[in-house]
Amino acid sequence: MTSLTRTRSRIDWSGIAFAIVLTLLIVGPLVVVATWAFTEVWRYPNIIPQKFGFRFWGQTLGRPDVWNALMLSLKLSTVVTLLSALICLPAAYAFARMKFPGRDILFFSFLAGHAFPKFGLLVAIAAIFLQLNLIGTFWGVVLIQLVGTLMFMIWIPVAAFQAVDRRMEEAARDVGASPLRVFWSITLPQAGPTIFAAVLLSFVGTFYETEGAWLIGAPGIRTMPVLMISYINNQMVIQYGAVLSVLLWVPSFIALMFARRVIGGGAFARGFGG
Amino acid sequence: MSVLQISEVTKTFSGGTHAVNSFSLDVADGELVCLLGPSGSGKSTLLRMVGGFEQPTSGRITIDGEDVTHLPPERRPTGMVFQSHALWTHMNVFKNLAFGLKLRRMPASEIREKVEAVLELVGLAGYGDRMTTQLSGGQQQRVALARSLVLEPKILLLDEPFASLDQHLRERLREEVRDIQQRLGITTLFVTHGQDEALSMADRIVVMANGKTEQIGRPDVVYRDPKTPFVAGFIGTMNLVEGEVSNGQFTRSGFAFPLPIADGPATLAIRPESLDLTASDASKAKVHRVTDYGSHGLVDLDLADGTRLKSMVAHPDLFQAGQGVDPKPRAVAAYRNNQQIFRS
Repeated sequence: MTSLTRTRSRIDWSGIAFAIVLTLLIVGPLVVVATWAFTEVWRYPNIIPQKFGFRFWGQTLGRPDVWNALMLSLKLSTVVTLLSALICLPAAYAFARMKFPGRDILFFSFLAGHAFPKFGLLVAIAAIFLQLNLIGTFWGVVLIQLVGTLMFMIWIPVAAFQAVDRRMEEAARDVGASPLRVFWSITLPQAGPTIFAAVLLSFVGTFYETEGAWLIGAPGIRTMPVLMISYINNQMVIQYGAVLSVLLWVPSFIALMFARRVIGGGAFARGFGG
Repeated sequence: MSVLQISEVTKTFSGGTHAVNSFSLDVADGELVCLLGPSGSGKSTLLRMVGGFEQPTSGRITIDGEDVTHLPPERRPTGMVFQSHALWTHMNVFKNLAFGLKLRRMPASEIREKVEAVLELVGLAGYGDRMTTQLSGGQQQRVALARSLVLEPKILLLDEPFASLDQHLRERLREEVRDIQQRLGITTLFVTHGQDEALSMADRIVVMANGKTEQIGRPDVVYRDPKTPFVAGFIGTMNLVEGEVSNGQFTRSGFAFPLPIADGPATLAIRPESLDLTASDASKAKVHRVTDYGSHGLVDLDLADGTRLKSMVAHPDLFQAGQGVDPKPRAVAAYRNNQQIFRS
């Protein structure tokens, strides 16, 4: 007993050091970007900016292309997530609950898109899309981003459906519910929080997806991340890019807060079979 | 008035193994019948076939004369209580109980009345607003029972409902369930692997092994007069001694007992409470261990070849380890070829 308490009260220096390094690595760049977003004058060799202000916020938010890109990104993410849910959730249920020939191969094929270097795959798809006149169109980008959501929207819901206790479903049949009613009233609510997490992840993931949107969407379709990259690449003023990236944190921050309130940490872990 | 008839039901799984093999049983109105057997004896499969969760390979199941063999669970007048209680954790107690009534399109006021009445019946009045996860194991099992009872099923099916509860709670709950079952007069099929449960609750016991009936009968009859060596060994504690009979005498390693049956091998079954011990030299048997349970004692003794017997004695302090004893059965049953051939 005494040795137990002693080990527990000892300070875990290596753990603390690890946490500090991680925090610096993750938070450090964020702090720099956030600082730049509110900077008006910052010249070498000063450690902190000489002048803070909202001048570049006004300039950035005053540009119509920023608002167009934001609206487009929200529209794209919503359409992609809805379509993905429509396709993937029934498929996930089938994978989790039914036995059919070719089940394992089909399941794997859904994930195969993530087994190769993404950019190579995108270039190959772009070549096909060019033939189909999908380059530079809204639906072309929807299609390419849909591929990116498959992993989250299949894997997590499959695990969620598998985790639902079969006896609960049988008990519902026993009191008189049809199979469809059982799915609607028992299976879906039981798997709900985890599936919601998957939907949220794919929405946020789609919102930030850049490579596909750029390769397939350019030049007609400019989403927020694509716009940000072009600002960072083409403008000498650092603040434009910094303001946009701070702006882009907002949706993921809201999504994360929302997710924490609605589901709590356990559901994510459960979704991955933890 | 509800009668359950199971006729010639066989369930073969896809490897050719018989889970249930040509099983027949009639359960009378208001009767509680226990299916008792070790795991793998097919008792749960049989119950699930009555509930509609498994399809028999052949045979017929009727309730009040109506063939339900191929009806899905939602169209059968049966109510099942699961071992894991299987309550819907995303609903509170009231919604768990009201779900089936809502499916029957009952008006809300009537649903409330019925749910409150059944909660009262299982001793959980006022618990409607609780989430099921906030309840103790015993309370959860009561809710599961109420969920079945509120629909007034013709046949109540209980699948090892107390297996996950501790001993004390199990005993209390089985008395409660028995009381409720008798008060409602509901025809009940109860699956268990616990003989205590079967002996204390059932009107009749069906002892099953390998998908077949070993014996059907009243609990006291099954206990006192087991028809096969399996039943003898499964229900209660039993000394099963294998030996040879010649000239009307059963012998096993110095232990002898007059047995008026034809010569040949036989298995002798003696209850510990029917085996008397008297002190003697150590030629017949030696005491291995004495356990004092307060109300009675149990003496483990070894025959000369090491065969272990148990004897229940009123005064355990009269015996001690290493002492020689002479075991004298008061009542025995003898089996040959899996059949009872003698009983005294």
